[in-house]
Amino acid sequence: MLTSILLLFAASSLAPLAHRALGKRAGVCLAAVPALLFAHFVGQLGSVTAGRASAESWDWVAGLGIRLAFHLDGLSLLFALLVTGIGALVLVYGAGYLEGDPRLPRFSAAMLFFMAAMLGLVLADDAIALFVFWELTSVSSYLLIGFDHEQEKARKSALQALFVTGAGGLAMLAGLLLLGEAAGTLQLSALGAEAARIQGHSLHLPALLLILLGAFTKSAQFPFHFWLPGAMAAPSPVSAYLHSATMVKAGIYLLARLNPALGGTDAWHYLVILAGATTLVTGAVLAYGQTDLKRLLAFTTVSALGTLTLLVGISTEHSARAAMAFLLVHALYKAALFLGVGAIDHEAGTRDVRELGGLARAMPLTAFAVCASALSMAGLPPLFGYVAKEFFHEAKQEVPRAAAWVSTASFFGSALVAAAAGLVAWRPFFGRRRSQLSAHEAPPALWLGPVLLALLGVALGLFPGSLAVPLIQPAASAMRGEPTVVELAPWLGLSPALVQSLLMLAAGAVLYAVHDRALAALAPLRGLAKLGPDRGYQALMAGLVALARAQTRALQNGVLGVYLLVTIGSAVALAGYALFSRVALAAPAGGGVRLGEAAVALAMVVGAIAVIRARTTLIGVAALGVVGYGVAVIFLLFGGPDLALTQFAIETLSVLLFVLVLRRLPPMRQLSPPSEHLRDGFVAVAGGLFVTALVLAATATPHATPLRDWFAANSLAAANGRNVVNVILVDFRAFDTLGEITVLAVAALGVAALLRLRPEDRKESL
Amino acid sequence: MTLDSPILRSATRLLLPLTLMFSVFLLVRGHNEPGGGFVGGLVAAAAFALVLLVQGRDAARDLLRVDPLSLVAAGLFTALCSGLPPLLAGGAFMTGAWLKTPLPVVGKLGTPVLFDVGVYLVVLGIVMAILFALAEEER
Repeated sequence: MLTSILLLFAASSLAPLAHRALGKRAGVCLAAVPALLFAHFVGQLGSVTAGRASAESWDWVAGLGIRLAFHLDGLSLLFALLVTGIGALVLVYGAGYLEGDPRLPRFSAAMLFFMAAMLGLVLADDAIALFVFWELTSVSSYLLIGFDHEQEKARKSALQALFVTGAGGLAMLAGLLLLGEAAGTLQLSALGAEAARIQGHSLHLPALLLILLGAFTKSAQFPFHFWLPGAMAAPSPVSAYLHSATMVKAGIYLLARLNPALGGTDAWHYLVILAGATTLVTGAVLAYGQTDLKRLLAFTTVSALGTLTLLVGISTEHSARAAMAFLLVHALYKAALFLGVGAIDHEAGTRDVRELGGLARAMPLTAFAVCASALSMAGLPPLFGYVAKEFFHEAKQEVPRAAAWVSTASFFGSALVAAAAGLVAWRPFFGRRRSQLSAHEAPPALWLGPVLLALLGVALGLFPGSLAVPLIQPAASAMRGEPTVVELAPWLGLSPALVQSLLMLAAGAVLYAVHDRALAALAPLRGLAKLGPDRGYQALMAGLVALARAQTRALQNGVLGVYLLVTIGSAVALAGYALFSRVALAAPAGGGVRLGEAAVALAMVVGAIAVIRARTTLIGVAALGVVGYGVAVIFLLFGGPDLALTQFAIETLSVLLFVLVLRRLPPMRQLSPPSEHLRDGFVAVAGGLFVTALVLAATATPHATPLRDWFAANSLAAANGRNVVNVILVDFRAFDTLGEITVLAVAALGVAALLRLRPEDRKESL
Repeated sequence: MTLDSPILRSATRLLLPLTLMFSVFLLVRGHNEPGGGFVGGLVAAAAFALVLLVQGRDAARDLLRVDPLSLVAAGLFTALCSGLPPLLAGGAFMTGAWLKTPLPVVGKLGTPVLFDVGVYLVVLGIVMAILFALAEEER
């Protein structure tokens, strides 16, 4: 399984090269990678259906008990098939959609990267590994949503998605760690067996809340649903992939994965069902109010995610099979719809239902794919969406509390979604043909994916027993944590569920018929939309920026003196407090002062006084040099030739730097009043006293472990070097040094960049 | 700004190779005697800085030949790679690995020496990048 993830990562990094070398065929060649993986996972169906889960595992961070572990059970397999299968189709589609666009290599690379992260997420068997892949999907989806990075809207939407899902991801990490603490293991597949222990643990509720926060933000549950429609700024293939089978389903996956461990409690029921039902209705209402096809689909996605959350929240046998069936059918029809709408947009130049019409003759294949998928979304027989809807109606009878409320709410939600499906299926293709006379059928790359997905939806609906059961049964079993039998027949007979389905469709038809009038009547209410949670997000971001600005203005206002004051002042205050509250100071033990040492100290004091009294900067620099060389001499006197050597070199070079800088500065002038001199002097003296006290405390404290002796004893023996200082730097503590030179390198980059930003250059470039 | 004078010019001609040789000397002997990559890099930077002061920035840039930031990158890369060979032998990252037989002049060779070379390059590159940027004005 690690191999398949690495294969996708490799394909991602090779994608730009492939596009350069293969030209137009690159898209299909790259799509072959996920297609092969799809075939591989299909091959695994047999053993997984038979109940044999395969696993592999490596030590990762052994000290923290973190393993790079993967586990393939029914739930993972269903997701892996969707991720790789739809992924391959979307890559082919994307190559056609962005044909001739110089950004196509970037699209393929980001898409494959996201695919790898998503596959890792659904296969991971370790909570930390899951988190890492989870965040990788957030980061790569940022790149995908912000694909049109030259447009401000795309950048803002991408950032919003990243912030919302990233913040949720951090909460989830905390939750998973608490969960691991309560369960005693981070292995996801072992959590189910610890359910009793977890649910009785005092950390159960905090862990649950934090994990739900992660899942709800990722899966766009109310009130975090606002980032999903914004993410429509991405190109159609990206939306099709992110919002059908992958990104937004990650939260559902997490809930289903943790259902054996966390599900079934009162808190779980309340929170998950409430969030799901609210999201279901909110998404459906908002979808009904749209005229842009892509936004409409986005809100139906929100509604579908609500449905899935609701079903996972019920966590009974019926709801598990309904959840998995609905997950499968939603991925199929929603991917087809997004791709189909992308094709309409590509050919007709608009996605607005009010401007589209009569395209069925011009685009028969796209019309078939979109109509079949939309009918599946509405839940019409014989499509697979109907089967999923029937299951849903059965499952919601088992809601533990307020069944009537949830039932009514989901009834209206489903009716609204059915009406929205009607808008997608009918308006663009039938009725009077409008302005887009030149529109014709999309190229094969653009209709292949939607048509295949739509056919799959039809086939699953016609032969659910032989095609859908092998997928859904193991997935539902994995979600329940116990073997679950799923029986499917295309016609479930005249049941209460069928009656509900028919009523719901009738209500949907009515809503569809009055759509234009309803929109006109509700137009005055549009202002209310501005009061949504999006506003809270905007206010939060604005507040963050204002806070950053205020503290930057206070602490980093560009006056170097203030920087020094703040740095030295806080170091003295904080470290000084810690020092004096814990360590008793003692006078240095014995030993007189040699004449040479006294002379050097005197020279340094004179140098320091000269710095203060200097009338020109050059004299100041020279006097500062005296202090620096004095320090070097002291190193030499006390047996630190390495330190002395380095100090001499540094001093020489800094004088040189000063000279180069000084040429640009105006002559020194006294600008600050005496009161500020007094303040600066006070802080400087405090800093000096503090460092003296620190040295005294350090020498007075007996060291528990004589590190010095250890280094001296091992330097030659273990590291082949007699110069202990150097051996520590390049061998014993080489990792620290690597970090330090990395920091230095970054600082040098910053300095070089800042110095190139000179005012005169800026004027030139304007 | 150059401090061009015949005396400095001839002194530079003599001092430059000497200082550079000294910097390499410091680098190589650093494992056993005072010295090392850090101070070696600083001394080498001082040698180029002398050229910069006497003959100007462009002369120093020509003498260095490569972009100082590339030196920084090369140094970081060298230091990072020096930690890898032990991984192949099954050890932890950055475990020192040494050649059994010492070479003439240089002495014993091992990955920590390579690491020190990386430090040398990073330090030289950083100082030169900053010096060049500061001296940019005279164009």
